[in-house]
Amino acid sequence: MRFILPILTVIGLIIVLWYAGAVALNAKWTLDQASRAGTTVTFTELVADTMSQGRPRLPAPHQVGAELWNTTIQPCLEGRRAGTLECVTNRRSLFHHAWITLSVTLAGFGIGTLLGTLLAVGIVYNRAMDASVMPWVIASQTIPILAIAPMIIVVMNAVGLQGFIPKAIIATYLSFFPVVVGMVKGLRSPEVMQLDQMRTWNASASQTFWRLRLPASVPYLFTSLKVAVAAALVGTIVGEMPTGAVAGLGARLLAGSYYGQMVQIWSALLMAAGLAGLLIFVVGAVDKAVSKRMGYRA
Amino acid sequence: MTPAPVISAETLSLTFETNDGPVHALKDVDLTIDKGDFVSFIGPSGCGKTTFLRVVADLEQPTGGTVSVNGMTPQQAREARAYGYVFQAAGLFPWRSIGRNIALPLEIMGYDKAEIPDRVRRVLELVDLAGFEKKFPWQLSGGMQQRASIARALSFDADILLMDEPFGALDEIVRDHLNEQLLDLWARTEKTICFVTHSIPEAVYLSTKIVVMSPRPGRVTDVIESTLPKERPLDIRESPEFLEIAHRVREGLRAGHSYD
Repeated sequence: MRFILPILTVIGLIIVLWYAGAVALNAKWTLDQASRAGTTVTFTELVADTMSQGRPRLPAPHQVGAELWNTTIQPCLEGRRAGTLECVTNRRSLFHHAWITLSVTLAGFGIGTLLGTLLAVGIVYNRAMDASVMPWVIASQTIPILAIAPMIIVVMNAVGLQGFIPKAIIATYLSFFPVVVGMVKGLRSPEVMQLDQMRTWNASASQTFWRLRLPASVPYLFTSLKVAVAAALVGTIVGEMPTGAVAGLGARLLAGSYYGQMVQIWSALLMAAGLAGLLIFVVGAVDKAVSKRMGYRA
Repeated sequence: MTPAPVISAETLSLTFETNDGPVHALKDVDLTIDKGDFVSFIGPSGCGKTTFLRVVADLEQPTGGTVSVNGMTPQQAREARAYGYVFQAAGLFPWRSIGRNIALPLEIMGYDKAEIPDRVRRVLELVDLAGFEKKFPWQLSGGMQQRASIARALSFDADILLMDEPFGALDEIVRDHLNEQLLDLWARTEKTICFVTHSIPEAVYLSTKIVVMSPRPGRVTDVIESTLPKERPLDIRESPEFLEIAHRVREGLRAGHSYD
C-alpha cells in the first residue's frame, strides 16, 4: 500500500503535463480559426477550446478517456449490443482488437520462450553451436523489426499463411532473444564446485541438467521473460501494421494515423500499455510464486 | 596379515601445464591409508593437498604414478560411489530444502523412493540437525549448512569420506564444536576420513595420521602417526603429548621451506 502514494503522484504529474501539452499544441489551431473568423478569444476560451477539439494534435486526457470508455465498456451498458457478448466481440470494440493482439502476443511469447530455451541448451552443451549460433542470434536483433516484418508477411503469404501465424512469427523473432541470452547465462550459472559435486555422485548428464543447471537458471529465465513478453507485444503490434490494418491494436494505430484520428491512436496506445502492464504483472506474479516454492527469499 | 589399504598412492605426480610453464602440483607422492584411519593433510597453499584429494576423487587426472581406491582406479571407485566428498563451501542447492538436498545424491543413485526419507532422517540425526529437514539453506547458519553437507556426503553409506577444508570458512568456536562432532561421528561410523586443513591444532586433534606437505613441487615431507588415544576430549589439546605432535608438524612444515 505504501507504493500507492508515489504512483498516484507520478500519474498526477503526468496528467498535469499532458493537459499543459494539449493546451500548448492545440492552441495554434484555435487561434488560426479565430483570426480567420475575425474574432478574438480570451485565455479561458482558448484553454476550453484546446481541450475539446474534434481532431486535436494532442488530445486531452479526458478525451482519450472518453474514447476508451466508448469503445470498451460503454457499448455493453447501453445501445443495441448492451448486455450481449457481442458488445466486446464486434469490430468497433477496443477489447476485440486487444484480444487479437494479446492472443498473437501470447503465441509469439510461448514459441519464443521455447525456441530461446532450446537454443540456449544447444549453446551450453555443444561447442560448435556455442561458436556459431550466438553471433547469428545477436545479428538477428540488429536488423530493424520494421524492415523484416513486411518480408515475413510477404514470404509467409507466398506459402499460403496469413493472419495469425506470420504475426506470431514476428513476435517470436523479438521475444526469443532475451530468453537465449538469459538462459545461456542461467544454465552456466552453477559453480564449478556444484558441477564437481554432481560428478562425485556419478550423476549422468541429464541428471545434472534437470537437477542442477535447469533449476539454477530459473531466476535468469524470469528476468528474461519479463523483457521477452514486452518484446512479443511490440513485435505483434508491428506485425499488425503491414497486414492491411485489419485487426489488432497495431491496425488501430495505423488506421488512426491514416485518418488523422489522434484520439483513436492515443486510446490504442493506452490499451497497448495496459496490456503490457498486465502481461508483466502476470509474469511477475508467476515469478514470485515459483521463487517462493523454490525457497528463494522474496 | 594386514588388510589391503583403502587408498594407496605410488610415485603419484600431477603437472598442470599453464601459460607460465608447468606447475608441479604433486610430485612422487607415496602414501597408504588404511581402513578406519583419520588422515589429515596439512601444508601451505599450493602444496597439493587439495589436488591429492581431487585425484583420489577422480576430479583430476594424475600425469604419473598410480593411485588405487578400495583396490580400484579412482574412476571405478567414483562410479561405484565409494566415497563422499565434502567441499570447502557447503554448496547446498538454494532451491532445495535441507532434506531434499540430502536426498539429492540418493535420487541420483536411484535409491528406492520409500527408503530415502529414512536415510535422510538418520544422517540428519548423525550431524545433530534433526528437525531441520523442511528448512531452506539460507535459514541455517554457516556451520549448520556445512553439517548438512556432511550429512549429504554420509547419506549413501560410502565408507570413505574426503573432506577438503570443510571448516575453513567458519569461526573458531563453531569449528571446535564441529571437530568434536566429527570425531564422534568417525568413532561411530568407522569410516576412513581424509581431511585437508590449514590448521595445526585441528590436524593434531582429529587425526590418527598427519601428512605434512610442502609446495613447489607439491610433495609429502613427513607422515606422523598420532599417539593420542582414540577418545579425545577438547582439553587434550593442552596435554604435553598433543603439544609434542604439534611441534613435530610445525617442524615438518618449516623443513619444507614453505614460507620462503
